[in-house]
Amino acid sequence: MRGLAESTLHFNHMKRRDFVGLTGLAAGALFLPSFPSLGGISVDPARLLEPGADVIVKKRLADAGLNAAKAAGASYADVRIGRYLNQSVFTREKQVQGIASTESYGVGVRVIANGTWGFASTNIVTEAGIAKVAQLAVQIAKANSKVQKEKVQLAPQKGFGEVSWKAPIQQNAFEVPIKDKVDLLLSVNAKALDLGVSFINSILSQVNEQKYFASTDGSYIDQDIHRIYPSFGVTAIDRTSGKFRSRQALSSPMGLGYEYLTPKAADKVAGPSGSNIVGYKNSYDMLEDVAAAAKQVKEKLTAKSVTPGKYDLVLDPHHLGLTIHESVGHPLELDRVLGYEANFAGTSFATLEWKAKNIPYGSKIVNIVADKLQPGSLGAVGYDDEGVKTKQWNLIQEGRLVDYEKIRDQAHMVGQKESDGCCYSQSWQDVQFQRMPNVSLQPGKAKLSVDELVKNVDKGIYIAGNGSFSIDQQRYNFQFGGQVFYAIEKGQITGMLEDVAYQANTQEFWNSCNAICDESDYRLFGAFNDGKGQPSQSSAVSHGSSTTRFNGVNVINTARKIG
Amino acid sequence: MAILSKDEAQTILRKVLSFSTADECDATLNGSTGGNVRSARNSISTAGASDNVSLAVESRFGKRAGTATCNEFDEATLRRCVQRAEEIARLAPESPEYMPLLGPQAYLDGNRSFAAATAAIDPDYRARQIGASMALCDQKKLSSAAFLNDSVGFVAKRNSKGLEAYQQLSNITFSVTVRTPDGTGSGYASGDYVDAAKFDAARFTKIAADKAASSMKARAIEPGKYTVILEPNALLSNVDTSLIGALMQSLDARNADEGRSFLSKKGGGNRKGEKMFDERVTIYSDPLNPDISDLTFSGDGRPLQRTTWIDKGVVKNLYASRYWAQKAGIPDLPRPNGWIMEGGTQSTADLIKGTAKGILVTRLWYIRPVDPQTLLFTGLTRDGTFYIENGQIKFPVKNFRFNESPVIMLNNIEAIGKPVRLNGNLVPPLKIRDFTFTSLSDAV
Repeated sequence: MRGLAESTLHFNHMKRRDFVGLTGLAAGALFLPSFPSLGGISVDPARLLEPGADVIVKKRLADAGLNAAKAAGASYADVRIGRYLNQSVFTREKQVQGIASTESYGVGVRVIANGTWGFASTNIVTEAGIAKVAQLAVQIAKANSKVQKEKVQLAPQKGFGEVSWKAPIQQNAFEVPIKDKVDLLLSVNAKALDLGVSFINSILSQVNEQKYFASTDGSYIDQDIHRIYPSFGVTAIDRTSGKFRSRQALSSPMGLGYEYLTPKAADKVAGPSGSNIVGYKNSYDMLEDVAAAAKQVKEKLTAKSVTPGKYDLVLDPHHLGLTIHESVGHPLELDRVLGYEANFAGTSFATLEWKAKNIPYGSKIVNIVADKLQPGSLGAVGYDDEGVKTKQWNLIQEGRLVDYEKIRDQAHMVGQKESDGCCYSQSWQDVQFQRMPNVSLQPGKAKLSVDELVKNVDKGIYIAGNGSFSIDQQRYNFQFGGQVFYAIEKGQITGMLEDVAYQANTQEFWNSCNAICDESDYRLFGAFNDGKGQPSQSSAVSHGSSTTRFNGVNVINTARKIG
Repeated sequence: MAILSKDEAQTILRKVLSFSTADECDATLNGSTGGNVRSARNSISTAGASDNVSLAVESRFGKRAGTATCNEFDEATLRRCVQRAEEIARLAPESPEYMPLLGPQAYLDGNRSFAAATAAIDPDYRARQIGASMALCDQKKLSSAAFLNDSVGFVAKRNSKGLEAYQQLSNITFSVTVRTPDGTGSGYASGDYVDAAKFDAARFTKIAADKAASSMKARAIEPGKYTVILEPNALLSNVDTSLIGALMQSLDARNADEGRSFLSKKGGGNRKGEKMFDERVTIYSDPLNPDISDLTFSGDGRPLQRTTWIDKGVVKNLYASRYWAQKAGIPDLPRPNGWIMEGGTQSTADLIKGTAKGILVTRLWYIRPVDPQTLLFTGLTRDGTFYIENGQIKFPVKNFRFNESPVIMLNNIEAIGKPVRLNGNLVPPLKIRDFTFTSLSDAV
């Protein structure tokens, strides 16, 4: 019971823990029935290929909920019938540690009664079962309305009638035999072991959300969403010195099918000359990446320890995505800005008063957009979890903050008339609320390659991959590590560095943004476990960027000695 | 439905085992019921309730294992669940780390992990508690955000080798952040109990409110190495990684033996038996401790007993999986749930009185590993950081980022206070010298 809240806390916290914590899956699962990315009950893999309920049936069920809510006194209601499928394969070295296939099916009903929200859910997906939770949701809303100070104001939303949206995937990962997935991971492990790493863990996770949304606005929306995440971590150990280093995969979780694991030359983007880094766009070469990782992790054991000081940083998109997430994505969530997350994730420096002062968030070349549209991204859906059609909008234009991330009951708080369409719930049994859309740094408009970018750096560090990350509760002060670090001297990559972390202030950092590579370098970074809310919910989000330069950032040395 | 009695639970589990055709079968029932309420800006924002019982069946054929779960308990559903576990097991690869299921075990008697008062909580109780918290802040013209969560539950196990276990648990957890209207002050308090009779939301809210009011308009002082008094919330968290929590999560024998832990020894092996911390550091676990009574068995059925992990600064024991314990020939100790860090009798206030110059830290936040080699972590102070001089709090200071290792910190102890319960553990406030702050933050 205890510790569940901790396990789902904010961004990426679970990632490494998944690796080690879920290894003894058979025993571990018993005490973690609600593990966020493996929710539901475990089932035969074949079950994941069976179709969900027909839309005609779902419409009838949803209408039972909407009618019951209205009859009980709701002025608004929405019904989400969700079937959530997950499958994960875990391996280490030459062995499979666990294969988990899970299914979760149920319905959540959200209502407004007496101007107050109410929510209830059930796994009994029948007309009677849904009507019952609809009534319960109204009952809760009416009870809470007695202590409510302000009535909910919902931005108007037209009904879309009966519509559907399907993720444009090429190959449903659930249709690929488990044996093929095990074979892939074990071949990745074998390659790493052949190349002399001490240990390797690898994992392949996939998610399918089959969501049906209906509301009293007259929408009946059927959506089919797919996500996939292959990853590994290699460790090299020097037994004599007792030193160990690890390197994580440069893959990203993506809103794609199994086609992500079929490498295409066009999706590979080379890092600067001399770095031995390859970035990946919409397909991933796991065998190539593990070979590079094996080489790099051994190099890390003997790499030069960084001299602390000011450096110009050249950050690759896999690394920069996490910095964008923490220093732009989170501070612009309107509920945080207004204080609704004060007791958990915190508030934000970017208050409405701060925005009114028109202080530059970043330099003139910083243009950051939010979207729920980018093909292959984790945020891409046709409609959000409160029936709003998704879109793209500007957050930062030429360095100035122009807008926030908001949903239907927040739009009026900033004098706007419509939601941004970024409402999400992790399952049918949790209430939907404002979640981070994809937040991406726009590529530079002028042609600029990574080599051209590095060429002008006199004293710098190129960082690839995301590592340690920490930021304060108002998103001022942050510290980030990485996976691999290369010294840049007089425009050349000169060798690998270790013990690197940079500390900066959000506004200083973005104002030091000096050059951004063009769109040929643009790619997505993503994560499955962005945590928010109490009880905490996970959401999946992507961040696009091109390799970018930041001038004069404070770098610390993280090496310590223990007795 | 959620809290099945021992007889009700074991009757279901016996039925499950009777349907098994596998070489080995293990069945666990896990149920909980509870509710929560959340507030922000002195108003209730959301409220929820949950109620669920689930059965997990693990079937094994030789070294192949499969698990299936269900949450209905009629005969047909139970039979299907067992069949599904067996189908999955037949398809699974053989596990080279296979260990036969445990036979009958003796578990500690006399746990106090369940309290009737917690089971009796209803929505009115939650509204009353959070209402008192909000009223106190309304009165003081401060803004509060709080979260109250309670649950009662049970775990029952039975396997084909004769193992049988059952226990009930209860828990209530509360946290509150109070902020001043001008946004320059913030305070935090949290607590948790087995028994809701001991709980009073207003008491925690008052602590957070006082911290908020006294932390307004903090002054900036230079980052660097300082003597610090770390309150229990700065050492342990139920919503974040924490310094002492991370240390206790790192006592895994396998990682140490494999050479990828701060406990790995140069040239191979691990550092069990070595003195790695100040001799005043003793940490043990005891599921019968009346303040943090907890499960007396682990997920795989191993007994959880009183175990000393660090004794007078010496690494006394490491936990391991059953497979690794057998392979390494070490005591078969499961990872503990809660633990107790021994301390003295001094309160945080007493520690402040005995401090010539130092910094009082209410809470650390967004703590992340930086280097597993040295267990180096980074994070920030939050919700009340104060400068101490001549035994008195002089003024609030701006928040700092720290980069520090609990291994180094527990070698730099000046004083240890009286342990208090936090997140199911007992942890004392610590006075530490040379704690490393590396930069300032403007965050409040």
